[in-house]
Amino acid sequence: MTHILLRDLDIPDIWQFDTYVANGGYEGLKKAVQEHSPQEVIQIVLESNLRGRGGAGFPAGRKWSFIPQDAPIKYVTVNADESEPGTFKDRQLLEKNPHQVIEGAMIAAYAIQAAGVYIYCRGEFWDLAHALEERIEEARQANLVGENVLGSGWTCDVYVHLGAGAYICGEESALLNSLQGLLGQPRVRPPFPAQIGGGLYYQPTVVNNVETLANVPWILVNGADEYKKIGTPQSPGPKIFCMSGHVAKPGNYELPLGITFRELIFEHAGGIRDGKELKAILPSGASGPVLVATDEVLDTPLTYEDVAALGSTLGSASIILMDEDTDMVWAAAKMTHFFKHESCGKCTPCREGTYWLDRIYERLLRGEGTQHDLDMLHVVPKQMAPVTLCALGEFAANPVLSTVTQFPEEYERYIQRSDAPHPEMADAMSTVTRGTTGEVPEAVAEGGA
Amino acid sequence: MLADKYADRIEEIFAKYPDKRSGIMDLLYLAQEEYGWLSEDALREVAALCDVDPTQAQSIAGFYTMFSEKPKGKYWLQVCTDLPCALRGADQFYRELCEYLGVEDGGTTGDGLFTVEQVMCLAACDRAPMLQCNFHYYENLDMETIKALIEQWRARALEEVPEPGE
Ligand SMILES: Cc1cc2nc3c(=O)[nH]c(=O)nc-3n(C[C@H](O)[C@H](O)[C@H](O)COP(=O)(O)O)c2cc1C
Ligand code: SF4
Ligand code: FES
Repeated sequence: MTHILLRDLDIPDIWQFDTYVANGGYEGLKKAVQEHSPQEVIQIVLESNLRGRGGAGFPAGRKWSFIPQDAPIKYVTVNADESEPGTFKDRQLLEKNPHQVIEGAMIAAYAIQAAGVYIYCRGEFWDLAHALEERIEEARQANLVGENVLGSGWTCDVYVHLGAGAYICGEESALLNSLQGLLGQPRVRPPFPAQIGGGLYYQPTVVNNVETLANVPWILVNGADEYKKIGTPQSPGPKIFCMSGHVAKPGNYELPLGITFRELIFEHAGGIRDGKELKAILPSGASGPVLVATDEVLDTPLTYEDVAALGSTLGSASIILMDEDTDMVWAAAKMTHFFKHESCGKCTPCREGTYWLDRIYERLLRGEGTQHDLDMLHVVPKQMAPVTLCALGEFAANPVLSTVTQFPEEYERYIQRSDAPHPEMADAMSTVTRGTTGEVPEAVAEGGA
Repeated sequence: MLADKYADRIEEIFAKYPDKRSGIMDLLYLAQEEYGWLSEDALREVAALCDVDPTQAQSIAGFYTMFSEKPKGKYWLQVCTDLPCALRGADQFYRELCEYLGVEDGGTTGDGLFTVEQVMCLAACDRAPMLQCNFHYYENLDMETIKALIEQWRARALEEVPEPGE
């Protein structure tokens, strides 16, 4: 199969400007700028029904159409914060297919007539971000970025901004704050980023994921109808599936949306490591509910709608596999610890709730958990999730609720034992950093966060 | 002072944004690169450069894991022990690494060369165990490879003539 997104798998040196151009690169941008009005470009992307690949699956064309045309300054921000556990697709796109991402971002920028594009890279992508700046310079030299793009009279430059290690900065409004040199915490909405007052520097702004934008050049060149032939009507197009955990062949797999879990895992990714049985699947990293690997689940097509119908989410399709030997309490503890560490601390239910859950898992891992702790694992997440400022509160609830309800006997065993199953991890959990508060007051604990 | 020594780089940073404040993260990186860590003086210097209150520079430095308000070892090893990596042996790798260096979780070796820490997912889960050393990735590791790397780094550090003030 020829790849649409991970083109480096077919053409290894496509990261080079000349190679990219020799293989049809920047044709989509040329077509957009020279043959279409900005409105037409939005219409094409709208018709393709390209859905956001950053997690929420929101149609990209619709997002672009929300930008008020008459606003004098508009921006595009590329979300390259990629920090969801199990996600490593944007990195391959930016490292191996940088010009495709730049081209996609420039097409989005043309569509909304943006004054600038900021690519927000997570700080750990230090090497990648510096290489990306060189690729942008190549595009600038070729008049594809910068002043008077392709002689159209429209000027738009592209910049790279480096984060510095904070999962929450992947949340779009926190990302904008971080870019503005403010604390990287989410904003109260409305106004939404597309609205005046809600975007970057409070100007209307499109925030799109790297992979979303990497689809756009192909759509411009081949048209919306061709794009819709890939995938399913509600979830069209190719998708990169990040395979990690107990999979035999970990890595990125670009396949049409709509293939089943079974095909993806067993036909493409080599099945389960060491010939073990598959026990559970996290389809969207740590932030979506875990699925028990039943036949029904395995035969489900990987689309936004079908995975949602199973009670989970496709998210950014970071698929973590866990084999028969996996201790689900331990796995939930890992994820809870992640969210505790990454809660930005702005709203009380999330800050205190994740802290409290973290403490409960710490006790369980020391063999000190009680029936009361188990009861609280059912109660706290439900009270925390609906009242938070951003979706992290809900993300943090998912691994807890989906494991206590589907693997209750594993939790029971934990509170019955008197030895400490994972003392080192419990110690590490007790030394957390960002947003740390004191021990949860008894009153809060009794009130259920 | 950063302003004199890195005038060009600072100008480049500010040129990216419509306001100076947005340059703060780049400048914190620059200060950390120059001084090794972000002391109160360094934070004050950065704050002055981008016209913000020093307490704001401090809260930003404290918010992100890649900024350090304490001196670290010359080689800052951040091992990912998040779930996907842990499913592929990262916890054990981390324990053995600590043992090899003779440090506790989060500790620094007596000679000040190595600091080891556990970090969250670094978007390299398909190449576990992995770590980041001073912003560069090292992937598909086992104890043998990391030991060889550590010895290489140790040798390099011994060869280096310390710069004045270091
Ligand atoms: C806590 C949190 C973390 C997020 N992290 C990311 C991320 O790392 N990358 C990303 O593209 N979107 C992330 N998102 C989703 C963004 O808020 C936003 O929906 C997305 O960038 C929009 O782009 P898209 O429509 O192209 O998917 C995150 C959301 C939340 C609530
Ligand atoms: S839900 Fe959590 S991460 Fe989101 S804004 Fe509130 S405290 Fe911050
Ligand atoms: S879990 Fe370690 S890099 Fe993702």
